[in-house]
Amino acid sequence: MSAEAFTSLSKAMALGLLRDRTAAFFMLVFPLMFLVLFGALFKNDATARAEIVQVGRVEVFDSLPRDAREGLEEVLEIRRSDDRDEALEEVRAGDVDAVVWQEGDEVRLRYSAADRVRAGNARALVDSVVQQANIAATGQPPAYGLTTRQVEDESLKAIQFLTPGLLGWAVAMGAVFGSAFTLVNWRKKRILRRLWLAPVSAGTVIAARVGVSVALALVQTAVFLGVASVPYYGLELSGDWWLAVPLVVCGTLAFMSIGLVVGAWAKTEEAANGAAQVVILPMAFLSGAFFPLDMAPAWIQTVSGVFPLTYLNEAMQDVLSRGQSWGAALPVMGGLLLFAAVLTAVAARLFRWDDA
Amino acid sequence: MTTAAITVEGLRKRYGDVQAVDGVSLTVERGEFYGILGPNGAGKTTTLEITEGLRRPDEGTVRLLGESPFPRNPELLRRMGVQLQASAFFERLTAREQIRTFASLYGVPAERADAMLETVGLTEKAGTRENKLSGGQAQRLSIACALVHDPELVFLDEPTTGLDPQARRNLWDLLRAINDEGRTVVLTTHYMDEAETLCDRVAVMDHGRVLRVGAPSELVGELGAASLEDVFLQLTGREYRQ
Repeated sequence: MSAEAFTSLSKAMALGLLRDRTAAFFMLVFPLMFLVLFGALFKNDATARAEIVQVGRVEVFDSLPRDAREGLEEVLEIRRSDDRDEALEEVRAGDVDAVVWQEGDEVRLRYSAADRVRAGNARALVDSVVQQANIAATGQPPAYGLTTRQVEDESLKAIQFLTPGLLGWAVAMGAVFGSAFTLVNWRKKRILRRLWLAPVSAGTVIAARVGVSVALALVQTAVFLGVASVPYYGLELSGDWWLAVPLVVCGTLAFMSIGLVVGAWAKTEEAANGAAQVVILPMAFLSGAFFPLDMAPAWIQTVSGVFPLTYLNEAMQDVLSRGQSWGAALPVMGGLLLFAAVLTAVAARLFRWDDA
Repeated sequence: MTTAAITVEGLRKRYGDVQAVDGVSLTVERGEFYGILGPNGAGKTTTLEITEGLRRPDEGTVRLLGESPFPRNPELLRRMGVQLQASAFFERLTAREQIRTFASLYGVPAERADAMLETVGLTEKAGTRENKLSGGQAQRLSIACALVHDPELVFLDEPTTGLDPQARRNLWDLLRAINDEGRTVVLTTHYMDEAETLCDRVAVMDHGRVLRVGAPSELVGELGAASLEDVFLQLTGREYRQ
């Protein structure tokens, strides 16, 4: 293999790709936009406060000690009003989650079923305040205590899931489209035949193409991790996060092999585009790249199990966010490489030098 | 004794029902300018592709500079230059980047690539991307890419198709210069005036066979025709092809 031929072919491929503004946008900027957007959308997911309106005097709230009241206000926004009908109207309109007032010894709460989760939150919060007041009224210490804590690291925010998932998707898009388009375009423009007639080995040509895709994927990884780590998004990398690098490399090879099969089969760029979309879209949605699949029906989880992106995403989350190490990464790397080997063999069978 | 540049014997190639090449034998001497003529579908391109080593024949042998092109023979590939019919360029690269990329495949330094660009008169267009070149410029670039490694044997497939008369005449000068440097040139073309002007000998093909081989003036004399074009029409008939 000639180093000079390898370098110049890699350069030719990289320039051809980066100068195609549309392709560069869809492969590099588009997935990043999802990260920037989703990251901002789900940023405050964990601290979504319920908002209630208090009408008149409500003993259990008004008699709360100052620090307890501040603690409550972290999760519950209490606004005061004198007009109960107007407040009820606001609940119906969905502007606030609930209205609370007191009649004699009874605390009354009215909520709308429009947003059950937030209404449920408001209900549970007011209920716990009332129960605590009841316990306090008995003058006895509580019989049972309850302490709760999230199992993940406390820093586990939406961005910790979004970053590995969207990065996996971005890497998959770049590798599948990149290799499929190169193969179809080079066959159509007869560059494949021209290369066949030059004293350069097939290994050099393939190595150059793989090198460009892997370099691109690593740049994407750096950019994604960089953007997600800015304080606004606040990604926190766990111990062996660098294992994401070999994972991304193995993933790139696996996705390139899909692209090779598509490119070997398709006669035109349009056909390659369609076929690549048919693979990428279901894979992206069913792999947990955009949303977790824990709630999905069993058959979807089964389908999801055939996509290499599913395993890459899981392993990336494990090493980037869940503090796991080789144990999570190695089997997935092996699986991705095996997948790549099988599909590359299939592509080699389908391969044609030209359209004739 | 030096071997011939090209010796082709008894080539046959069938695609499904079509016998594309049906027993072609040719000899091209070193330093010769050799033309392969024929109507569309005569088997010129297939013959050329087999000779270059792009396809294997069903039957027959090919010797290029004394060596077989099958299996793929990198040492032989260094000694031959091929210009493909469609301009096989890397997308979105400039003229200079194209020729430098091809040069590097043969281990040829960038300076030599730039000099080749100068030879075909494209220095001013060096920074122009492949899709912005005119037809003539693209043809000259693809010929430059085929010549950048100084090959002994050059294959040109319809190099002047689609060019205006000025560009054609310019290209003829270039091709003659290539041949005058001692290179063997094999060319396919539809233009009889081109073959008459450039070629030492031509082979007229049809239906996958070679009908006649000879110097253009000899063929005109032998068949009592007015021009090579008449020779061609006498040999291949007047009905439409493909």
